[in-house]
Amino acid sequence: MMHKILIVDDEPNIVMSLEYAFKKKGFEVFIARDGSEALEIVENHIPDIVLLDIMMPNVDGYQTLQQIKNKPLLQATKVVFLTAKNRASDIEKGLKLGADKYLTKPFSIKKIVSEIQELLT
Amino acid sequence: MNNYALVVIIVIYLSVLFYIAFLAEKRKKSKWVNNPYVYTLSLAVYCSAWTYYGSVGIAADSGIEFLPIYLGPVIAAPLWILVLRQVIRISNQHKISSIADFISLRYGNNRFLGALVTLICLFGTIPYISLQLKAVSETFAIMSDSSSYVSTRIFDDSTFYIALLLAVFATFFGTQKADASEKYTGIIASVAFESILKLVFFLIIGIYVTYYLFDGTSDIYNKIATTDNFNELTMLSGLEDGFNWFFLIALSFMAIFLLPRQFQVSVLENNREKHLKKAIWLFPLYLFLFNLFVIFIAWAGKITFGDNANAEYYSLLLPIENSNTFLASLVFIGGFSAVISMVVVSTLALSIMVSNNLIIPYGFLDKFIKNQTERNAKSIKNIRRISIFSIIIIAYFFYITFSKELSLYSIGLISFTVISQLAPSFFIGLYWNRGSSKGAIIGIIIGFCISIYTLVLPFTLEAFTGSDDFTQHGLYGIAALKPYALFGLDFLRPPAHAFFWSILFNMLAYLFFSVITKGNYRERNYAEMFVDSKNFTALQDSALVWKGEAYVADIKNVLVRFLGDYKASRALRLFFTKYKLPQDTQLADARLINFSEKLLTGSIGSASAKILIASVVKEEQISLREVLRILEESKENIVSNKILIQKSDELSQLSSKLKDANQELVVKDKQKDEFLDSVAHELKTPITGIRAATELLMDDEDDMPKEIKKQFLKNILQDSDRLGRLINNILDFEKLETGRLRLNMEYTDIQETINKAVANTQHIAAKKGIIIHIKNVHRFKLEFDEDRILQVFTNLISNAIKFCEPKIGRIEIDYKLGNNALEISVTDNGKGIPAEDIAYVFDKFYQSQHQNTIKPEGSGLGLAITRQIIEKHNGKIWTDKDIKIGAKFVFTLPIS
Repeated sequence: MMHKILIVDDEPNIVMSLEYAFKKKGFEVFIARDGSEALEIVENHIPDIVLLDIMMPNVDGYQTLQQIKNKPLLQATKVVFLTAKNRASDIEKGLKLGADKYLTKPFSIKKIVSEIQELLT
Repeated sequence: MNNYALVVIIVIYLSVLFYIAFLAEKRKKSKWVNNPYVYTLSLAVYCSAWTYYGSVGIAADSGIEFLPIYLGPVIAAPLWILVLRQVIRISNQHKISSIADFISLRYGNNRFLGALVTLICLFGTIPYISLQLKAVSETFAIMSDSSSYVSTRIFDDSTFYIALLLAVFATFFGTQKADASEKYTGIIASVAFESILKLVFFLIIGIYVTYYLFDGTSDIYNKIATTDNFNELTMLSGLEDGFNWFFLIALSFMAIFLLPRQFQVSVLENNREKHLKKAIWLFPLYLFLFNLFVIFIAWAGKITFGDNANAEYYSLLLPIENSNTFLASLVFIGGFSAVISMVVVSTLALSIMVSNNLIIPYGFLDKFIKNQTERNAKSIKNIRRISIFSIIIIAYFFYITFSKELSLYSIGLISFTVISQLAPSFFIGLYWNRGSSKGAIIGIIIGFCISIYTLVLPFTLEAFTGSDDFTQHGLYGIAALKPYALFGLDFLRPPAHAFFWSILFNMLAYLFFSVITKGNYRERNYAEMFVDSKNFTALQDSALVWKGEAYVADIKNVLVRFLGDYKASRALRLFFTKYKLPQDTQLADARLINFSEKLLTGSIGSASAKILIASVVKEEQISLREVLRILEESKENIVSNKILIQKSDELSQLSSKLKDANQELVVKDKQKDEFLDSVAHELKTPITGIRAATELLMDDEDDMPKEIKKQFLKNILQDSDRLGRLINNILDFEKLETGRLRLNMEYTDIQETINKAVANTQHIAAKKGIIIHIKNVHRFKLEFDEDRILQVFTNLISNAIKFCEPKIGRIEIDYKLGNNALEISVTDNGKGIPAEDIAYVFDKFYQSQHQNTIKPEGSGLGLAITRQIIEKHNGKIWTDKDIKIGAKFVFTLPIS
């Protein structure tokens, strides 16, 4: 079965790399430039996993995560933070809010992909 | 008018006064009785029957000689702020209840001095009260048309009954409490009311006489100017008269402070020091109004009656002559008011002195020690009641014996002269700490004897022997001892003459004996406290130096006798709380001794209080030097206390400053953290892009389609540029923020700079199809750092390009001369700045929530740097809020 992944980030260059990598691994890839776009897409497509940046305009990563967690339809959806914020306090906050994983930028594409695949099995 | 009608009027009027006094006593705290106006009006107790009737008499007989008696107080009034305030403070602090108390305390609770002052006051005041009775009696006679002034038998004499009525009034309101230092609000309120009445009625009669009976002041003047001795009456006759005036002014100057009734109203009944401020101009105004018509009434009377009537009662005789009984009654009531207030306040003040400084310390103390509280309070009140009645009765007898022949004016002056004997010990003692009790006592006695010899003896002898040998030839026929021309001084009139000699010798004796004697330690102690009252008010109870052995229980026993168990216990409890002593303290210290003396002073006077307390404590003698040392130490304590307080204030200020600085540091630290966070975030973003793209290119080199490969390479390039730009911006920003950036100021044409900026950005704009238009094409040279301003233009133009729609975008650059500055604007027709962002656009790393442009363009520092550059140039930058479409950034560069 094809896994669905939603990449939420406002940096187009980063999105472009991630999209390429996951498509190549056989994911169905959706893209959102901020939280509000992301929330529309999750409702419609119910992805298996959401790769979420934190610092974004309009609705930020934290708010997006909370809203996803509140939707009964999305109970199975896993959420992974991918952000430049790498302080211990940030990581703790992210995991406390219910993120399944907390990954920091800059990252290795290979590592991201394997982490995600691990999470899905 | 019929006798009975007159009596009815008097009784009704007295009941009105009773009612006013009663009301005021009931509402002691009310604003109506505690204000500067009531205070000032109560001071007008100075204007007695002497003023009301006597002035007119003098004006008619001797011209303007009535004036000095009012000029003295007017001159004294401004000094009240200094002198009277000090007296009031001391009196409040020590619970002084009379001028005798005040003087005796100044010289170390000297019992004899207190008694002496009381006697002087009695001698000075009794004739004065008799003067009032005389006025009542004579005006009563005029009003009731009876032929003789005084009946042969006392009990047929209406004056006697009026005197008794006055005594009842004074007794009723004056002896309700045993503590004489409490305020007599009721009496003061009635006095204030009477002061209004007497002034208003006197003005009414003045206006009636001047404008109704005559055609105004000039009419009276023209008529009187034709009489024989007119010139004498209206002029000072040379230097001699000048001296007379001078001494009379000095005499009344002292009287306004020293008369027992004045001391009572001005010092003891003063509620607030600040009332003095109003009184110092209101009281002279009152006196001025009172004297306004005196001369015209006097002249009018003279024109009307010639020498056929007693000039002192012109104000009453004139309306009667014109059959205006109503007006005559008003005048009578006004005069009666003046009498009542003077008699009541004087007898009240005297009775307190007699009981506290004469009777109690000389005989009743032993009895008091044994008796219970209630009986003591009762005895004290009874002593005062009997005193009031006795004083009035004595005054009555003085009146029937002497006063019939004397004028109101001369009796008044005798009183003033006698009372003025207190002046040296009172005034000098207030400012000279060497003044001693011996000096005071000897001075007062000598002064008193001289004033009796030169003023009282002559008319007494004449009254009894019917011969004027003594006056004409002097004692034993020695010319130098002539009572009216002592030592050949013959140009002064008797009152001024008596005043001059008595005060001169009084003062010399006071100074001489003060210099050659040293008072005991207690005396020096109080001298310091009075003279340096400002410092010692702060010392409070510790200002008294005392050494010895005393037990709280003994002292309490004494207090209970006078205050009762409840009050005494409460006072001691408050005392212990105030000085943070345990409630079961057994040994008394100097402060408790002083405190207890003060508590008793109100009831029995300071001299008695000292004797009483001394009877239960074992006091050790302290040397004078020790007293001065202890006082000096206490003063130093206060000073060092003040310094400590000041230091601690400074410290707390410093600590709050430190706190602020620390707070600022914390904020700055936090800001720095946030800045570094943002910088890290901004740097990581392009690095992440570069790293991801590079990884993919490396791993996937073979399968990757060519156009995707190209796109990734392009992304890497873009991110690298972004990284470089970012680093430059961060360095710039840091330099500007820390102030390390030096501007390279040069005279430059702004037009050229704008052209350069447009050239730099033109290619980006062109790519999006956006037009950049320079509106003002004039050249203008001013001083600025071109590189930096170029950076500002580039930032603003790139921002504008970013937010403009492609093809239709238009950017306009304009400048104009403003107020000492060049005002430059960059306007675009893009989507504008959302209202909620306007306040933050110049903040570093602030990104609009509505910003949907492609990310790699900005660093988040552009506008922050722009603002810093402008501010560094002493200019300002803002966004124009009024613009409807697009955004308008405006900045100024100062000219010169």
